[in-house]
Amino acid sequence: MKIQKPAMAGTLESSDCMVTVTPEGGESVRYEIESIVMERYGDAIERAARETVESLGVTSGRITIQDRGALDCVIAARVETAIRRAAVKEVVV
Amino acid sequence: MIRSMAFLPGNTPNMLINGDSFGADALILDLEDAVAPSQKDSARILVRNYLRTHKDHSGTLVVRINSTDTDYWREDLQAVLPERPDCILPTKVDGADMVRLICREMEAIERACGMETGSVGLMPLLETAMGIEQAFAIASASPRVKALVLGGEDLTADLHSKRTKEGMEILYARTRLVCAARAARVEAIDTPFTDVNDMEGLRADAAFAKGLGFGGKLVISPRHIDTVNEVFSPSQEEIDYAREVLHCIAEAKENGLGVVALRGKMIDAPIVARAQQVFDAARTIYGDIF
Repeated sequence: MKIQKPAMAGTLESSDCMVTVTPEGGESVRYEIESIVMERYGDAIERAARETVESLGVTSGRITIQDRGALDCVIAARVETAIRRAAVKEVVV
Repeated sequence: MIRSMAFLPGNTPNMLINGDSFGADALILDLEDAVAPSQKDSARILVRNYLRTHKDHSGTLVVRINSTDTDYWREDLQAVLPERPDCILPTKVDGADMVRLICREMEAIERACGMETGSVGLMPLLETAMGIEQAFAIASASPRVKALVLGGEDLTADLHSKRTKEGMEILYARTRLVCAARAARVEAIDTPFTDVNDMEGLRADAAFAKGLGFGGKLVISPRHIDTVNEVFSPSQEEIDYAREVLHCIAEAKENGLGVVALRGKMIDAPIVARAQQVFDAARTIYGDIF
């Protein structure tokens, strides 16, 4: 799956996270994470995001996560939603 | 046994992850009314992930999908069915054909995923005048159907009447739905009580529904769950009487007696059947109490 355009998913409510996906050149995916529990769970948040990104075959782009205490299954869901939204090409009429 | 079925908005993680602690017998992960059209994709993926990580959930997990007159319902099923929820709750079901249409789609997904076909149940939500009139046909359209569920709010709009706390406008629908469900040997679940702060009204409404034959009730607020569970559980008095009836019958059988009386009243087959229902319900809720 290729990130074609910027897209977002999720909210900044408690137990949720806001994920923003942006296309970038190059052959790597960059992660930017901000969390209320960064010190303790920062690695776990990135791991949940990374697994989702890899399972969708995304090889380049920027993933920004503003976390508000989301569980892994929520982070994975928001990342997947944002990527699927970003992968849809805009139709110019 | 389902006494309470609580709605959880499908795109709200905070509600989903706390749902386990509410005490409802069944949770409904809602992809329909609680989710804005722009967030249907997001809710579908979130609910799928929730199901995937809650395989050990002790209660019944139900997913409410969007109605078959939308573009969403097939994608809803494709996302959630492989995660094996206990039941799907389709909305605005108005006939057996709609049940069969949904069943065909479910079967195709089950086959594609290598699942046993028919392993996920259906709880059709009846919320139109036609749905009520077709209640028995809907209940008996497929072995997947486990319960008929009444949606009083949409129904009232379809009836061109006004929804009231007394509920006289849905009395016919309630009795018709219970009769159809019982005739088809499936469960009957009542419409929710929508005033979140009126706990006395809730208790009276739930007790009335129980009296009509409903086995449980939809719940739209976590605050309503304890009361609904209590009302739809057998009381201590009912349990004591059931115990006496069953003891009496067992004793009569042992002594070769054909007719037996308890508290001056003859114990006949319907009384024994009712005692057995109370016994079974009490055992499900409280464990082996006899």
